[in-house]
Amino acid sequence: MIPEPRLVEVRKNVLKQNDVLARALRERFREAGVLAISLVSSPGSGKTAFLERTLTVLRARYRVAALVGDLATENDAARLARSQVPVKQIITGAVCHLEAAMVQNALDGWNLRDLDFLFIENVGNLVCPSSYDLGEDLRFVLLSVTEGEDKPLKYPTIFNSADVTIITKLDLAAVVEFDEVAAKRNIQSVRPGMQILKLSAKTGEGIPSFVEFLEKRRLRTQSTCAVGK
Amino acid sequence: MHELSIAMSIVDLACEEAESRGAHGVEVVYLKLGPLSGVVKEALLFSYEIACQQTPLEGSKLLIEEVPIVVNCPVCRDRRSVQSLQSLCCAECGTPTPEVLEGRELMVTAMELRA
Repeated sequence: MIPEPRLVEVRKNVLKQNDVLARALRERFREAGVLAISLVSSPGSGKTAFLERTLTVLRARYRVAALVGDLATENDAARLARSQVPVKQIITGAVCHLEAAMVQNALDGWNLRDLDFLFIENVGNLVCPSSYDLGEDLRFVLLSVTEGEDKPLKYPTIFNSADVTIITKLDLAAVVEFDEVAAKRNIQSVRPGMQILKLSAKTGEGIPSFVEFLEKRRLRTQSTCAVGK
Repeated sequence: MHELSIAMSIVDLACEEAESRGAHGVEVVYLKLGPLSGVVKEALLFSYEIACQQTPLEGSKLLIEEVPIVVNCPVCRDRRSVQSLQSLCCAECGTPTPEVLEGRELMVTAMELRA
């Protein structure tokens, strides 16, 4: 006779391994005093151009570095290296998103205490990265003006997992008749209260206030850490 | 589509649990899934069968319980459901509410094991 199966309670997060690694990374970033920022967006929204501009501006005053994820090629790392800051490419192969373990491995050989800002560019994908915590302090979701104002409504989960929306390619807004009011309304609908910044990596419009935003966030993180100690 | 890698994580987790409890087989894995987990139920069910192949879980069933988003409404001062995934507003009073209490679940809650 086959015995009846027994029901046992488990209650474990499927991604607990990733969550544990992400928590450890977050702790490392805090201890080293580095502000870690990840970027998510659809392919072609201008993540790399945005990052190249940001790294170039920040490196005048800060110690910055970047990790950049892609399914294949080292093209983005080569592009970002032009900003003359340390850059490492993470090639994910068939994997459509970054995971905490990939970030941890990529950081091998870098001393985080030598950094003020660390940028982590995720694979261009508005679906899968939402499930994975990378230990970052802030997650930016980029929305380019060429994409359509309803993107937040189509991909609410990624917008909900992010902290700040960056509207990019502002120099093209008039050409593509970008409806900024509608875009902002849609962002607020899927993530009430979300902070929204807008800029153009090409013309530099919006970059100074973006840099100011980063500086303030870094100071705030550091003061919370000091209180924590 | 990352459901296959999620399914493989479920299989790993379930194998570990079954082994640590001295079970010889797994009949059912119960999963709680929130709309903000970023995982699609149908794709996960499809991937689960593939992920189970040639593992101790082959032939087991994945039972998914989809749970709703619950927010803390600052006006009602209570737990509330929302209008929709596209409109995170209190379903009762319509106030936009960013404070998500539940809805990100991707959790194995229970298993049926064979001795």
